[in-house]
Amino acid sequence: MSTSFQPDERGFYGPYGGAYIPEMLIPNIENLKENYLRIMNSESFRKDFKTLLEDYAGRPSPLYHADRLSDHYGCNIWLKREDLNHTGSHKVNNTIGQILLANEMGKKRIIAETGAGQHGVATATVCALMGLECVVYMGETDIERQAPNVARMKMLGADVRPAMSGSRTLKDATNEALRDWIANPLDTFYLIGSVVGPHPYPDMVARLQSVISGEIQWQMRNKTGNSNPDYVVACVGGGSNAAGSFYHFLDEPEVQLIGAEAAGEGLTSGKTAASIAMGETGVIHGSMTNLMQTDDGQITEPYSISAGLDYPGIGPLHAWLAKSGRAKYLSVTDQEALDAALQLTQKEGIIPALESAHALAALNQLDLKSGENVVVTISGRGDKDMKTYMERLKLT
Amino acid sequence: MEKLKSLLQRKKDLLSVYFTAGFPHIDSTVKVLKSLEKAGVDFVEIGMPYSDPLADGPVIQNSSTIALQNGMTLKKLFEQLSEIKGEVSIPIILMGYLNPVLKFGPEKFVEECKKNNVSGLILPDLPYETYVEEFQELFTSHGLSNIFLITPQTPEERIKKLDSASTSFIYMVSSAAVTGARDGLSAQQIEYFERVNTLQLSSPRMVGFGISNHDTYKNVCQYAHGAIVGSAFIKHLEQAGDDEEGIISFIKKMKTGKNAE
Ligand SMILES: Cc1ncc(COP(=O)(O)O)c(C=O)c1O
Repeated sequence: MSTSFQPDERGFYGPYGGAYIPEMLIPNIENLKENYLRIMNSESFRKDFKTLLEDYAGRPSPLYHADRLSDHYGCNIWLKREDLNHTGSHKVNNTIGQILLANEMGKKRIIAETGAGQHGVATATVCALMGLECVVYMGETDIERQAPNVARMKMLGADVRPAMSGSRTLKDATNEALRDWIANPLDTFYLIGSVVGPHPYPDMVARLQSVISGEIQWQMRNKTGNSNPDYVVACVGGGSNAAGSFYHFLDEPEVQLIGAEAAGEGLTSGKTAASIAMGETGVIHGSMTNLMQTDDGQITEPYSISAGLDYPGIGPLHAWLAKSGRAKYLSVTDQEALDAALQLTQKEGIIPALESAHALAALNQLDLKSGENVVVTISGRGDKDMKTYMERLKLT
Repeated sequence: MEKLKSLLQRKKDLLSVYFTAGFPHIDSTVKVLKSLEKAGVDFVEIGMPYSDPLADGPVIQNSSTIALQNGMTLKKLFEQLSEIKGEVSIPIILMGYLNPVLKFGPEKFVEECKKNNVSGLILPDLPYETYVEEFQELFTSHGLSNIFLITPQTPEERIKKLDSASTSFIYMVSSAAVTGARDGLSAQQIEYFERVNTLQLSSPRMVGFGISNHDTYKNVCQYAHGAIVGSAFIKHLEQAGDDEEGIISFIKKMKTGKNAE
């Protein structure tokens, strides 16, 4: 298991991470910090987590050799099919884990933020499964562009509350969820959807998502005889599918780790969500990390065609992987992602989520050589994005 | 810091008011500050507007958004404060979030505070532990008192720890909530105020969050040194603007329960 990229006791990865939170949240965060590792390492948690991942979510997710895409790039492209999970993305790995924690900690009310709605759906799903009350905050802009997921959450019994401040996207939904937690400190569990927020969330979510890289290791070994691919490529919003895809390879330096950020309309267009390329160190949602901000330290409104990547910050682990040089982060524009989505659909018969399309598009920026093994995490499926695809790819 | 400390020792039933810098207009800061002093407010918290104020309710959030749209910045705020240096004698506390301070540069920030007679700071997302490790020396060497918050959920040992690190007052958040005006006090809140009183803390307490009118102000004064009014005053500014007379009569009503003649 990796050691050098684990956070210290206070949740710092190098200079990034920590818990910059108001006093109102300290008792809740302390409680979680004191209990998450104990619970996650317990026999009963591990058993329940494994059973639910397998029998309920459908894990392991396949590692699929994409023949026609491989031909195109002249190397071996392996797709880690998180899109085939129950609810349609990697998000369910995390929500299953956190709902078990919430149960163990005796919490009755679950709150979450969501961007694309995938985390909201995955949260509403496990709340239905466990019979717990569920409130999901979602930016008003995202409610409009991810309508199918809003309907799913409602059918699952969740109360979907619009976040009306700022750009009305993921950042603002996260602010609202934190305010809700401040106001409901006793019975409520905040089920964060990515490797962001105050310690211990980044570490907790990375551990829960690490099931992805754990599987990639043995799947690669079975298929190629070598558990280490040459590359692992994943998209980065907050960074949970990437953290999960990288996790078991962090201390395997021959594996090149590549994160794909959303450049939006272009890095210098003023309409971007590339927090590593365009951000600077600062505090967002309780964590010291890279974030896009003005000269006065105000957080910039991000932009991406993909709601799940439309976030001005990034998990502190990624800020550290970028700074230390362990992982490389590439920027992908809206158009490049759309082209990559169409390419995967027409070469492999898989419609990816717009988020995942950013990871696919990053392949064009790599110097891939014949015989190399490249794992690309398909973090989710594209059903929720059909409206955008129809409009932007002129499919009507 | 000393000015604030001696005020807290000298006086009871203190009334403190929060307002956002640059709201409703960019040049309102000075006007509102002077009007509050004239109205007899004991000290003020000036909000440094932030794009993502996660401990604030809709009223203060909105005032921050407007202040930022008006072009308010930390640099501008310090310019405004330096213009009236010597003209205002009530203690000034700055309240805001950590990121703009980090971006401004903590050293430069405390220098500006000192130059402009700022007595203390409230930075809700600067937790005690980080404060002690990284900021305590810098703040105290510039005469700045860091003000800690406690809530109904803060454990007793932690309250005591914050009390011993406190150099002016402890900000008692009235209930588990973000900022916002509320009516009346619940039995639970009173139980919490009484519980904190039995701890025999060395620092005086000011109660804030949800103080909306004369009754809530007077009520909490029975259990603490005074009260801090925020959202209710911002609402007044929203409706009546930064006019001096309006501010004076708002404060008079808060203090006496009666409208000005
Ligand atoms: C399919 C999919 N991929 C990726 C993301 C981005 O999140 P993260 O970077 O945490 O994996 C989201 C977020 O909503 C998503 O729905």
